[in-house]
Amino acid sequence: MITYNPFSELTAVIPVYAMQAYVVLMALMVVGGTLLDVIHKKSAQYFFENSEKAKKSAKRTVGGGEKASIALQTIANEVLTSGEFSDQRRRMSHLFTMYGFILFVVTTAVMIFAYPTSATPAPVIIPVLWHLGALMLCFGGYWFWFFIRVDVSAEGHPWYRLAQADIFIVSLLATATFALIWSLLQSLGASGLSMLFFVLFIVSSTTLFSTVLWSKFAHMFFKPAAAYQKRMTKADGSQENLPDLPELTDPAVKERYPDIPEYMGDNPPNMGLGINREAPHHY
Amino acid sequence: MPTFVYMTRCDGCGWCVDICPSDIMHIDTTTRRAYNLEPSMCWECYSCVKACPHNAIDARGYADFAPLGHSVRVDRDEEKGVIAWRIKFRNGKQDMNLLAPITTKPWGKHIPKLADAPAPSQDMRDSQLLFNEPKYIRLDDGDIHTLESNGLTMKAGVYY
Repeated sequence: MITYNPFSELTAVIPVYAMQAYVVLMALMVVGGTLLDVIHKKSAQYFFENSEKAKKSAKRTVGGGEKASIALQTIANEVLTSGEFSDQRRRMSHLFTMYGFILFVVTTAVMIFAYPTSATPAPVIIPVLWHLGALMLCFGGYWFWFFIRVDVSAEGHPWYRLAQADIFIVSLLATATFALIWSLLQSLGASGLSMLFFVLFIVSSTTLFSTVLWSKFAHMFFKPAAAYQKRMTKADGSQENLPDLPELTDPAVKERYPDIPEYMGDNPPNMGLGINREAPHHY
Repeated sequence: MPTFVYMTRCDGCGWCVDICPSDIMHIDTTTRRAYNLEPSMCWECYSCVKACPHNAIDARGYADFAPLGHSVRVDRDEEKGVIAWRIKFRNGKQDMNLLAPITTKPWGKHIPKLADAPAPSQDMRDSQLLFNEPKYIRLDDGDIHTLESNGLTMKAGVYY
């Protein structure tokens, strides 16, 4: 099953140009939805005004080279490895879902545009990566859905309670799940059932890509911008108006805040994780 | 000074939902970000402000605390065992940093093991004194400790 290109069989029913047009249409919907989202939420305006505000309280100017280095750090830490998550389970789940989605989408496009028919068979690695991507997406996504999602873990709601914020994750999981079931049934030769799951796959993927304005799909574009801005505020000293956290052993700090040496001693030890010792599951 | 959430900084982790004693920090059903659903019921304990790992929650100060339009932000460092506050006025000229200890010993290492304490005798039960008195009010040191007995004097006003 996993070495099998499910789209090549489909050309008997759906012409290649229709499949390719669908992929292009979905890509355009993502671009259009993101632009509408930016206009509707005024997020670009917000980030611009926020950076102007930060510049006013900046203690130093950040040069071009340093900005490039901060951008690279943001890509390496926040974008590629989801480093902004303080909960490591959530970070792992996000990494599985993100890389699964990227693999799934890229290999789908490759199979539809480069190897659309059985006359042009795809190298084995492409369908393997397509199935692996869908499986990774399902693993990370269902882990998030049943156990990590804040509605379940902190709010104490049951996993089946749906809200508008779930459009993205539900349509994403439905897309990957129906794609896997469709591929399995097709490889088993159950053509009627496989067609049913193909229709469900298309309905869920259309929902995923056409609801960008109402879902949190666009977070993959504005979250890196927010992470970059956060790093910039640390570099220029404005630090979002957050207070300084100085070294407690610094004599100037001891003089300025005499409570520190009086109650904590001259060389305060590492006090440990505090409230971070427990996960926030006390509802 | 009720709290509010910066939606772009919040990642919807749920720490504030879990810690809020008034049960008013919740997750928005459209954006899956935290918000204070009833600021008038906020006890202003700042548990959420201090617990937020992304410093995404701020307090909205009243005018008697600082002129309106100011920023009051807090950063609690568990490992250093201190809490830092910064109050910045609207014009940016008054900018105050404050730092205070929040623990003197490592977290969770010195919790009294009350279950291991011997059961009180009948005399202790009949006495007016509470558990561990007079030891805890240090009467056995001579008398209750006061400013005078410790060589301290009360100073008028607020001082640092």
